[in-house]
Amino acid sequence: MLRTIGAASLDELVNVPAAVALRSPVSVAPALSESEIAATFAGFAARTTGTQFRSFLGAGAYRHYVPPIVGAIAMRGEFLTAYTPYQAEASQGYLQAIYEWQTYIALLTGLDVANASVYDGATALAEGAIMAVNATGRKALLVSSAVHPNYRAVLRTYAEGLELDIDELAYGAEGTTDFSTLEAALADQRYAAVVVQSPNFFGAIDALPAAVVAQIKATGTVVIGVVAEAMSLAALATPASWGVDICVGEGQSFGVAMAYGGPHVGFIATTAEHLRRIPGRLVGKTVDKTGANAYVLTLQAREQHIRREKATSNICTNQAHCALCATIYLAAMGKTGLRDCAAHNLARARELRSRVTALAGFDARFSGAVFNEIVVKVPGKAADVLAALRDKSILGGLDLGRFYPELSDCILMTATEMTTAADIDALATALSEVPQRAAARS
Amino acid sequence: MPQPAGLLYSKEHEWVKMDGQTATIGITEYAQASLGDIVYVELPRVGATLGQFDSIGVIESVKAVSDIYTPIGGEVLEVNGDLENDPSLLNREPFGGGWLFKLKVTDDNERNNLLSPEKYDEIARD
Repeated sequence: MLRTIGAASLDELVNVPAAVALRSPVSVAPALSESEIAATFAGFAARTTGTQFRSFLGAGAYRHYVPPIVGAIAMRGEFLTAYTPYQAEASQGYLQAIYEWQTYIALLTGLDVANASVYDGATALAEGAIMAVNATGRKALLVSSAVHPNYRAVLRTYAEGLELDIDELAYGAEGTTDFSTLEAALADQRYAAVVVQSPNFFGAIDALPAAVVAQIKATGTVVIGVVAEAMSLAALATPASWGVDICVGEGQSFGVAMAYGGPHVGFIATTAEHLRRIPGRLVGKTVDKTGANAYVLTLQAREQHIRREKATSNICTNQAHCALCATIYLAAMGKTGLRDCAAHNLARARELRSRVTALAGFDARFSGAVFNEIVVKVPGKAADVLAALRDKSILGGLDLGRFYPELSDCILMTATEMTTAADIDALATALSEVPQRAAARS
Repeated sequence: MPQPAGLLYSKEHEWVKMDGQTATIGITEYAQASLGDIVYVELPRVGATLGQFDSIGVIESVKAVSDIYTPIGGEVLEVNGDLENDPSLLNREPFGGGWLFKLKVTDDNERNNLLSPEKYDEIARD
């Protein structure tokens, strides 16, 4: 072959400069058999202690039990394919699963229609905001400061390109949004939407009072409700019931592994009024020529491949695999199972709150009702307390000072159905030793 | 088929009926026939101010999504709410019950940029 192309040697053909040429064999371990590799990696895994920590972290990614049926069905070859799942003649099963996901989200939010899913909760918020901007023709948003800080950061990224102004509402002593400045803010009708999250970033249930909803809607402003902990939907009043027009959120809690922060699965649900503004894929149910149920992508005229530059969103896909996992999870849990699970979360968070705030120096920072997260005011800096807990193999929660400098003495703690009584005991014991340590250090 | 008299037309296949300062706007028979079955109409907001020939809404048919351009500028006084429940009204009565919206005209001179029924008929025949 070298002769054919006129090269004298392989070295001449490749011509690697001497300075970078390898002079000795690459230093890697010798080849292993499959079983040896498995044993080696099991050894690596045993060296990491992450799974042995007791965790009270939440703040947008939640540790919930994932029944094995989720993996068993989602990993089937019929579903687990890199091929686009939207082709109606080849993907009836996947389209049916997406249709069921839409149905579950519509039921859980109480709204008329949900899309096939988007990347995550934060992008769902940005897309929901764009819907409100298009519905109202207004270029500003009024966002509660108790909405997840990462969601607000993604919203600001989208807002920059779209030239939207974002103003924020403060939070009050209950840890809920302070609406005392709302009337003045709404007066000149410049906001496309008011955005609140419930349960909010502090865990507080921040559903809008009816009078506030009336005030917002009287000015032609859209109410966007954010849900970062989807499990709460099984315990709390539906977003639609308290006035949400566009509900956006994160579905990771439903059978999607935490997997080091992703992938997650965002959802968007809305009223029939805003149906044509919903971004991304929508699966519809119809009948084929024999009268049998059939599923298809529908209302595609909204989308970029039809509307071209006039499309209001660049999403032409969905988070199909994670939405599938969530659909299997919800089907497996059922209405009663999901409610029971949510009730466990409520009970565990209550237990966590009463145990931790019974300790001298530890108080509930806010007075409002919560779902499964609480904000604890600690003696000294939250970062120091969390470091002390880490020494005892406990991830105590999130240092709120990272996002709210005025809350640097506060930890956001989460309890789910995975949190055991032993976990809470261990936390309470460790915390009871923290003040002495902090005092001893100073 | 001759174009209805007493109306002004745009090259984009919209018609205008002037009544004092009020303009009623719709799409022509030719437009509806070209679009096919219309399934959705998105209209401007009442109170919005539109410039002549601005893209101010969309008509979605089973075949395509098309922009609506306003043939004359002004402030939107009223939109045809019947189209929300029954977009096919546009197919059945483009010059009647299928009207789109009414404007309070800002500048009378803009009608000089529009076409007579005869002139429009030449376009619609092409």
